[in-house]
Amino acid sequence: MTDAAIREVVLGILESIAPDEDLTQLDDAINFRDQLELDSMDFLDIVMELRKRHRVQIPEDDYVNLASMNSTVAYLTPMMKDIEKV
Amino acid sequence: MYDTIIIGAGMSGLAAGIRLAMFDQRVCVLERHTTIGGLNSFYRLRGRDYDVGLHALTNITPKGTKKGPLAKLLRQLRMSWDDFAISSQLGSKIIFPGVQLRFDNDIALLRSEVKNEFPDQVDNFDRLISEIADFDDLGSDEQHISARVRVAEIISDPLLVEMLFCPLMFYGSAREQDMDWGQFSIMFRSIFLEGLGRPHAGVRLILKQLVRKYRELGGELKLRAGVKEIVVDGGHATGVILESGEQLEARRVLSSAGWNETMRLCDDGQPVTLRQSGRLSFCETIASLDLQPQELGHRATVTFFNDSNKFQWSVPEGPCDVRSGVICSPNNFAYDEALDLGTMRITALANFDYWHGLDQRQYQLEKLRWYERITASAVRFVPDYRSRVLDTDMFTPQTIVRFTGHDNGAVYGAPEKQLNGCTHLPNLFICGTDQGFVGIIGSILSGISMANQHCLRD
Ligand SMILES: Cc1cc2nc3c(=O)[nH]c(=O)nc-3n(C[C@H](O)[C@H](O)[C@H](O)COP(=O)(O)OP(=O)(O)OC[C@H]3O[C@@H](n4cnc5c(N)ncnc54)[C@H](O)[C@@H]3O)c2cc1C
Repeated sequence: MTDAAIREVVLGILESIAPDEDLTQLDDAINFRDQLELDSMDFLDIVMELRKRHRVQIPEDDYVNLASMNSTVAYLTPMMKDIEKV
Repeated sequence: MYDTIIIGAGMSGLAAGIRLAMFDQRVCVLERHTTIGGLNSFYRLRGRDYDVGLHALTNITPKGTKKGPLAKLLRQLRMSWDDFAISSQLGSKIIFPGVQLRFDNDIALLRSEVKNEFPDQVDNFDRLISEIADFDDLGSDEQHISARVRVAEIISDPLLVEMLFCPLMFYGSAREQDMDWGQFSIMFRSIFLEGLGRPHAGVRLILKQLVRKYRELGGELKLRAGVKEIVVDGGHATGVILESGEQLEARRVLSSAGWNETMRLCDDGQPVTLRQSGRLSFCETIASLDLQPQELGHRATVTFFNDSNKFQWSVPEGPCDVRSGVICSPNNFAYDEALDLGTMRITALANFDYWHGLDQRQYQLEKLRWYERITASAVRFVPDYRSRVLDTDMFTPQTIVRFTGHDNGAVYGAPEKQLNGCTHLPNLFICGTDQGFVGIIGSILSGISMANQHCLRD
C-alpha cells in the first residue's frame, strides 16, 4: 500500500469511529487528540480496526505513534507497504 | 467455546456485548429473564406502556458535543446522537421548606437561583463548580474522601449543602448519608453541569437500539438463560452452567449480576469474599392521567423534595420514607410531539426487609396503602392530580429483586465499588452497578470500559 492508500485506510477508520465528525478539514500535522477530542478509548478503536481490517498488530507501547495522521502513516508504512489495497 | 460470556442483558451487559461483537469475538449474553433491560426495562399493563425506572437520562449534552460521557458512549458504540433522539428537560426543582432551587441543562440557571436564595454562597458555589470541573475521576487520591466533609469546607450554609446532596444521592448514591467525593463529582457533572433528557419513546428505544446493534454485529443473546454456576478449574473460569443444566464454555466471563451475586456463582470452593451489600432501595408509584400534567399547571420535569431542613439518605425504619421523594413527569421534556398519556411517577426510599417479609395478600394491601401515602406526600409539592388518575402501578424493593437479582433490591448496588472490575480469578470480571458507574449512561459506560480493558486486548 502507498502512503496515500494508508491515509485512506486511517481516514476510513476515523469515519466509523466518529460518524458525526467532518473529516474533510482534518490537518494531518495536528494531533487527533486535539482536533477530534479522541481519548484513549478511541485510540484502542483505531488499533482494533487496523487489526480487524488489515491484520496489523500494534503493541500497546506503540500507541503513541498514532498521535496524528502524519505520524500514524509514517508508523504504519513499514507494516503495511506489502499489503494489497482492497 | 465462546471468547466471552456476559452475564446479564441490562444496559452494561448489552453495551459490553456490542464492543466485543464489534471486534469479531464469539460472544454470548445470558439473561435470566424473559426480557432484556434488567433494572431499567419496560412493560405493558392494561393496554398502556410503562418504563420500569426511567425518569431521565443524565449526562445530556447537545448534539455535536465532543467531550463527556454521552459523546464517548456514542463513539464507542458507533451510534449517532439521533439514534437515541433525546429531548432535553423543561426544567427541574429542588424544594425544601421555604426555599426552592430551579435548574435546567444550563448551569447558569442554578447559579442564579443560588445567588437569589443564598446570596452569600454564590462565590462558594462557583468554587465548588470549578473544583468539580477539574476533578479527575480516576486519577485522583481524593476519590474516596467524604463528600460531606469536602462540600462543607466549600459551602458554609448547611441548608444549601442538603439541597445539593438531595438530587445527587437520589440519582446515584449507594452509600447511606454520604457519598464518596469522586461519586459526588461525577453525579454533580452528570446532573447539573451536563443535564437531563429523555427519548420520546422512553427506555425501550435505548434498549431496542442496543440489541439491534448487538445482533447486527453477530452477538448471541439467550433469554431465560439464568446462570447457576461459574465453572472454575485450576484458578480460571472455564464457562458457566445454566439453570437448565446446559453447560457453556468460554475463555472469559464478564458479569453484571453484582459483586456478591457473582462471587456466589463461583464454584471454586473458596470461601467467597462478600462485601457489605447495598441497602438503599425504592418504592415507585406510577399514575396515568386523563390529561397532560401541564394542563394542571405542572411544568417541572423532576421535582426533588424534602420536608425538613435535613435530608436523610438512609434505610427508612418504616416501609417507606415519605419525608422526601422524587416526582417525575415524563411528559415534561421538550419533545416535538406530546406524549399520548399524562404520567406522574414518584420515587421514595423503601425498606427491603419490610417488603420482602410480607405474604402475598399483605403485600397487595400494603402496596395500596403506601401508594396513597407516597402520593399524598408528593402532592404537597406539585398540583394535586389525584382526581385525574386513570390507572396506577407501583413497584417495591421486592420487584427490583425479581427483575435484577440484586441483593436487597439495592438500586445502586454495594457501597464499595470495584473500580477496576477485577475479581480473584484472572479471567472473571464484573461490570455495571457494582463496578462503579450507576444510572443508564453510567452502566453503559461501565460495560464499554470493562470490555475494553479486560476482554479486547489479546
Ligand atoms: C426505580 C428506578 C429508577 C431509575 N431511574 C433511573 C433514571 O431515571 N435514570 C438513570 O440513568 N438510571 C435510573 N435507574 C438506574 C438504572 O436503571 C441502573 O443503574 C442500570 O439500569 C443498571 O444497569 P446494570 O447493567 O448495571 O444492571 P442490571 O440492569 O441490574 O442488569 C443485570 C442483569 O443481569 C441479570 N442477571 C442477574 N443474575 C443473573 C444470572 N445469574 N444469570 C443470568 N442473568 C442474570 C439480571 O436479570 C439483569 O437483567 C433507576 C433505577 C430504578 C430501580
